[in-house]
Amino acid sequence: MSAQPENVVAPLLEVAGLGAQYGRIRALEGVSLRVAEGALVALIGANGAGKTTLLRTLSGVRPAMEGTIRFGGADITRAPSQARVRAGLSQVPEGRQVFGPMSVEDNLRLGGYLRSKADVTRGIEHACELFPVLRDKRREAAGMLSGGQQQMLAIGRALMSAPKLLLLDEPSMGLAPKLVEEVFGTIERLRREGVSVLLVEQNATAALAIADYGYVLETGRIVLEGSGAQLREDAQVREAYLGL
Amino acid sequence: MTRSEYVAEFLQFLFSGLTSGSIYALAALGFAIIFNASGVINFAQGEFIMLGGMVSVFLAAAGLALPLAILGAVLVAVVAGVLIDKVAIEPARDAEVVTLIIITIGASILIQGLAQVIFGKGQHALQPFSGDTPLAIGGASLLPQSLWVMAVSALVVVVLWVFFNRTRFGKAMLASSYNRLGAQLVGIDTRRVWLVAFALSGALGAIAGALAAPITMTSYDAGLMLGLKGFVAATLGGLGSGAGAVAGGLILGLAEAMTAGYISSAYKDAVPFVLILLVLFFLPRGIFGSRAVDRV
Repeated sequence: MSAQPENVVAPLLEVAGLGAQYGRIRALEGVSLRVAEGALVALIGANGAGKTTLLRTLSGVRPAMEGTIRFGGADITRAPSQARVRAGLSQVPEGRQVFGPMSVEDNLRLGGYLRSKADVTRGIEHACELFPVLRDKRREAAGMLSGGQQQMLAIGRALMSAPKLLLLDEPSMGLAPKLVEEVFGTIERLRREGVSVLLVEQNATAALAIADYGYVLETGRIVLEGSGAQLREDAQVREAYLGL
Repeated sequence: MTRSEYVAEFLQFLFSGLTSGSIYALAALGFAIIFNASGVINFAQGEFIMLGGMVSVFLAAAGLALPLAILGAVLVAVVAGVLIDKVAIEPARDAEVVTLIIITIGASILIQGLAQVIFGKGQHALQPFSGDTPLAIGGASLLPQSLWVMAVSALVVVVLWVFFNRTRFGKAMLASSYNRLGAQLVGIDTRRVWLVAFALSGALGAIAGALAAPITMTSYDAGLMLGLKGFVAATLGGLGSGAGAVAGGLILGLAEAMTAGYISSAYKDAVPFVLILLVLFFLPRGIFGSRAVDRV
């Protein structure tokens, strides 16, 4: 896997000079980043650095104050969230955000809200093949699943829209080490299947280990970028995020 | 009194309670639908009920056949709901819920004022849908209009159940009430969810108002009391629960009728307020309001 190829083709996602506010607080300032087609890009940063705000702005559930977001060559800076999902941008949000009282199957079905019936049926098959536990729990209320199972459901639901780019917000949060491994295994598998990934993580060690390229976000700005291997060797990163 | 007279008296109160309970249930469902979609308690819900009665009365008086008059009233209330959402609520979407609730109070005052100017201050009754010869059942009498009220309310409940549990958009509305962020991220247009919620609540209110108008009389300010009772019924059942709204409405109607019958009709309108105090003290989530399936 190559790192981010520069200027060969237009990247799948290209963010330039993005700014956003969280209430009155300036949460993002001049953020620029790229995700090439087929790449797995990690975004690391401490709590409150603006990672979640960035992903929500990319998905269109929070407004961008300045800058541009281009996806698949089209400017989507002002597009409503449903248009971004339709274009192939899907997100697994922080804290899973499943529809608790609804069944696992209904959650998956709603993930394919914008797709045809046949695509939804195929998508559910694919999600259940990826996470067999979802098949067993099909009829159960999503809110009754364990944290790890809910995370799998949230990923399965996001995949139902057949995304080109999957945004993952802290998928390992609150999971036991064995489950973290499983989730990261799934992310690598999805990349092999051709889905590009932007992975936001506090677990920087694990994220940089599988990423082609990485960005470090600090108080709303990108302060460092480089290939996964480069960042892992960087003294600053090692001290601040890897605890080495 | 003999035993059969007691039974007849009880049946009479029961019919009366079920009739007004059905109306309250429809009003409560209107509250529940908007609350689910937006977290807003729509204090203009009572005005939808008033519009249902008053517009029906005036369209019928203008010579329209009764079904058409009622259909017209439902349309007027739907338009009112859509306008409240588009003009007042949607532009303030990102404001605090309390702000949105105050907006609905403003909308309610506006609609009531317009109704007073257009319809005047008089009390009006709509003609019963199919005569007013009471049916005798077990010594009690049941008005045909009461049957209309109960049957149409039951039908509306069934239609709503099918909509929310069997249709794609209905499920999307439910999903966005359970988790708005999750809904936006799967591509559900939450703006449209709010709009449909307001339109649907307008229709429900107007149906309730038209059904009740032949029994209770209606006037430009009838919405206040009916809206409050619908709110109490919705809270009683657990705000946001469909089954709770229906149960809350029926419980409130029956409690009112039994209090009026066995104690004194002077206390009838105090019943909802006593009930809501009891609920808020002892069951703050209402009877069906537990969202226990959320595991964190």
